[in-house]
Amino acid sequence: MTELTALTLAEARDGLVAGDFSARELTQSYVTAMETATELNAYIVDTPEQAFSMADAADARLKDGTAKAMTGIPLAIKDLFCTRDVHSCSASHILNGFQPQYESTVTQNLWDDGAVMLGKVNMDEFAMGSSNETSYYGPVRNPWKASGSEKELVPGGSSGGSSAAVAAEIAVAATGTDTGGSIRQPAAFTGTVGLKPTYGRCSRWGIIAFASSLDQAGPITRTVRDAAIMLESMASFDPKDTTSVDCPVPNYEAALTGDIRGLKVGIPKEYHADGVPEDIEKIWKQGIEWLKDAGAEVVDISLPHTKYALPTYYIVAPAEASSNLARYDGVKYGLRVTGESLDDMYALTRAEGFGDEVKRRILIGTYVLSAGYYDAYYLKAQKVRSLIARDFANAYEKVDVILTPTAPSAAFALGEKSSDPLEMYLNDIFTVPASLAGLPGISVPAGLSQDGLPLGLQLIGRAFDEETVLKVGGVLESAAQFSAKPAKWWGAK
Amino acid sequence: MSNYIQGATGDWEIVIGLEVHAQVISQSKLFSGAATAFGSEPNTQVSLVDSAMPGMLPVINGECVRQAVRTGLALGATINLYSVFDRKNYFYADLPQGYQISQFKHPIVGEGDVVIDLDNEQSKVVGIERIHLEQDAGKSMHDQHPTMTYVDLNRSGVALMEIVSKPDMRSAEEAGAYLRKLRTIVRYIGSCDGNMEQGSMRADVNVSVRRPGEELGTRCEIKNVNSIRFVQQSIDYEARRQVDILEDGGQIDQETRLFDANSGVTRSMRSKEEAHDYRYFPDPDLLPLQLDQAFVDAQKESLPELPDAKKARFIKDLGITAYNASVLVAEQVSAAYFEDMLADLAKRTGKAEKDVATAASNWITGELFGALNKLGQSITDSPIAAGQAAELLALQLDGTISGRIAKDVFEIMLESGKGAEEIVEEKGLKQVSDTGAIEGFIDQVMTENAAKVEEYRGGKDKLFGFFVGQVMKKTQGKANPKVVNEMLKEKLDA
Amino acid sequence: MSVDKNTVAKIAHLARIKVPDASLEPLVGELNNILDFVEQLNEVNTDNVAPMTSVVAATMVLRDDDITAGDCRDEVLANAPAAEHGFFAVPKVIE
Ligand SMILES: [Mg+2]
Ligand SMILES: [Zn+2]
Repeated sequence: MTELTALTLAEARDGLVAGDFSARELTQSYVTAMETATELNAYIVDTPEQAFSMADAADARLKDGTAKAMTGIPLAIKDLFCTRDVHSCSASHILNGFQPQYESTVTQNLWDDGAVMLGKVNMDEFAMGSSNETSYYGPVRNPWKASGSEKELVPGGSSGGSSAAVAAEIAVAATGTDTGGSIRQPAAFTGTVGLKPTYGRCSRWGIIAFASSLDQAGPITRTVRDAAIMLESMASFDPKDTTSVDCPVPNYEAALTGDIRGLKVGIPKEYHADGVPEDIEKIWKQGIEWLKDAGAEVVDISLPHTKYALPTYYIVAPAEASSNLARYDGVKYGLRVTGESLDDMYALTRAEGFGDEVKRRILIGTYVLSAGYYDAYYLKAQKVRSLIARDFANAYEKVDVILTPTAPSAAFALGEKSSDPLEMYLNDIFTVPASLAGLPGISVPAGLSQDGLPLGLQLIGRAFDEETVLKVGGVLESAAQFSAKPAKWWGAK
Repeated sequence: MSNYIQGATGDWEIVIGLEVHAQVISQSKLFSGAATAFGSEPNTQVSLVDSAMPGMLPVINGECVRQAVRTGLALGATINLYSVFDRKNYFYADLPQGYQISQFKHPIVGEGDVVIDLDNEQSKVVGIERIHLEQDAGKSMHDQHPTMTYVDLNRSGVALMEIVSKPDMRSAEEAGAYLRKLRTIVRYIGSCDGNMEQGSMRADVNVSVRRPGEELGTRCEIKNVNSIRFVQQSIDYEARRQVDILEDGGQIDQETRLFDANSGVTRSMRSKEEAHDYRYFPDPDLLPLQLDQAFVDAQKESLPELPDAKKARFIKDLGITAYNASVLVAEQVSAAYFEDMLADLAKRTGKAEKDVATAASNWITGELFGALNKLGQSITDSPIAAGQAAELLALQLDGTISGRIAKDVFEIMLESGKGAEEIVEEKGLKQVSDTGAIEGFIDQVMTENAAKVEEYRGGKDKLFGFFVGQVMKKTQGKANPKVVNEMLKEKLDA
Repeated sequence: MSVDKNTVAKIAHLARIKVPDASLEPLVGELNNILDFVEQLNEVNTDNVAPMTSVVAATMVLRDDDITAGDCRDEVLANAPAAEHGFFAVPKVIE
């Protein structure tokens, strides 16, 4: 019999419904696996007690016939989802000890459907990073290693704990959030599927904010089908979030028909970026061929402002963050470092509580909003953002979905880029444009690099057309036949 | 103009602009579902949104939007169908989010104006620059603990309208009149209770001085003044202070100042001395506020008759004096009292409203307000309802009781709560106009004072008043004085 | 545009982050690198382009004026580093 932890979400669901195993058994196998995987540093907090009681409740639902697709499915929850009475610190020291008295809408939706929480997973502090190295709780190690190398690699970021947990089979699936690529890029780095829905599809209520106009929750899973199942549970219209959109949540799994005949797939020429390794270009070409073979029509398109997406992002996101993070002042929750005056307390608390990358972004954000600079930076960026969104709108007059690489490289080594912020930022070059335009995007594992590391392809869809994104993602997945798994080097001793 | 300040080197003109923060009447806060009621236990009216818990999001209260629109319409202002909420970023203990949600570039209400009534029966137009919606902050208490400041967030997030005037006022008197008028209007339409003691209306006062006709001088902003009297005192003090500095060859620093009500002076706010840089930007948690014209039209429909229109109608259609009209329309309840009383009075006397309006207005502004004043009560809790007042005044107007008796009946009404007719009946206060009865009393008086009758007839005309008094005394004041006069004259001169 | 040590000190103060003098200089370099990078945007012609206010093409829905929250002081104060008599407590502020 295969180990329970090797099952996909869909398989686990089916096994639970069929009574092949109980939710408690499934949960137990994950709790055991988690104990052997502490080296990865994927989890910040384990919550086995909660997990078992939720699993028992799930078993009851499975018995009485009220089970949903997510019932009994053990999940890892990114640390920036507020979970009632459980550590929710955005991997930041400034929220030291914070235990919210409330549950985020997205996690509540999952619990309402019977899912099981295994614990809170690591991430870049306040989701600011692309390698999970800015966490106050230390870096996460990618379960993958390059062939013939012992070098520890990053799992991507900011949802690095989520992607590592799913890849290492210490969670069936995980919640992530994506502001500029934080679901898709770590998925690409770990051979998992990462789906960032349309902005407004999942409620932001109870998710610790980084950049409000960009933040969006989504699943990291093992398969496209799993992503479809989990998104359906996470998504909802939420009157508590003004930017959440009131449109019905479809049955995403039903969209996975495998039939993409006649569908028009756009290939944006601007994504042929300089210095991108040949591996990436190759897998992209391969992806194009797969989709053609499946009957899609491939169309060359142009998204002329692509190159300006990253600089736009690095104005808009830090600006919003500088304001969103003003509430961490030592008054209401979290860390307090006392000083001689209130102002001292603020400045000392924030100096000690925030890590370097967060401080850097707060300072940039403060600067670009400050008197005399607002028009030159923030306003300019929001105008360019309109142009970027317009590029996509024009493209979607000609095509149904856009295919690009997810990231400009495979997973890199811990410490390799952390000394140069700008080099780190370049990781998001292919994911940021869709974020700025609020569009849904998925990263699907498409193959391995020359040295045996997973590579992802990204599909970007029209707003609220996650169905097409998932459908095409499913076709890519089938064609790629990606079945590689990381060698289990952890927990051996 | 007499408004100028006489300095040693010549005249100075005061230029005043006011930013009034008016709390919107609503059950719940601008962006959260917590209650707004005044005077609750600390931090009991605070939601997770108001306390800026991580991940909490604002959701706008439609009632606050509606009231801001109505206020704008009542001030004859442009309603902006497109407006945007911005974040105003600064750190302070009672500002839990580290920013205040306000409106900066695109406020909900644009330019309008307010007509203010001045003491000399003149009026003047003060321009409104804009009205925007914003959140109130919490409250810091610095005197509860030797080394700590206590923070109560009950007010945090309560909806405020910031009503910004143009620098159109030229004296403390004008500023006072402007505030009174603004308060009248927001109370009329029910968008703010105007209660300055409880802080539901506060003013930031911008004061500068200049030589008449010259460019605007540097202004100082006096923050958060919470009564009309203090606003006026602070203006007078601040203008004088600025004139003194300028006449000594100094210059005015643009700064924020506080008014100390105890000493009557303004002083620089040390903690706010550093230049602020609020880093306004559109709040990404909210969407632009888009109103449709039909909504605005419906709000316009919902407005009651406003004080200026009411006053004009009272003067033109009812013929009451401008002074009475001003007094009556100053509060909607007074105007309503007047109108209720008038309708009832017209019915009771069978006369047209305009024929009894002057009497009614005089009675309210004189008798009623005098009595309420003595009782320390307002017209809202007047012990005499408009209908009861009409009953009393009708008795006087149709001659059933004299003016003198009416005053006594009013006293009894106040004490006993009984109706005027009942009192008149019970105490037999009906005016006697029956000539037979009066003739009897006159004869009695003439008999008893035969000597005085002789004196009168001998040319001592002054004694006429004495006879009137004696007759009135015999009738216990109930005789119709007009009839008494006529008959006495006839008899004495016979 | 670029920042100097003074500007960095100024924005650090605005952001209420204590930055030791020794750390100012390296920050100047880091921030200027980022600013240089974002300055590419100046190449883009944005005349007559409206700034994006929201990626969501929706108008803001107005909430009903109902009391639906509050009366939860324990929850509000549960995580406070210092709370006394139902208040948040902070070092004394002198106005
Ligand atoms: Mg102001
Ligand atoms: Zn204000």
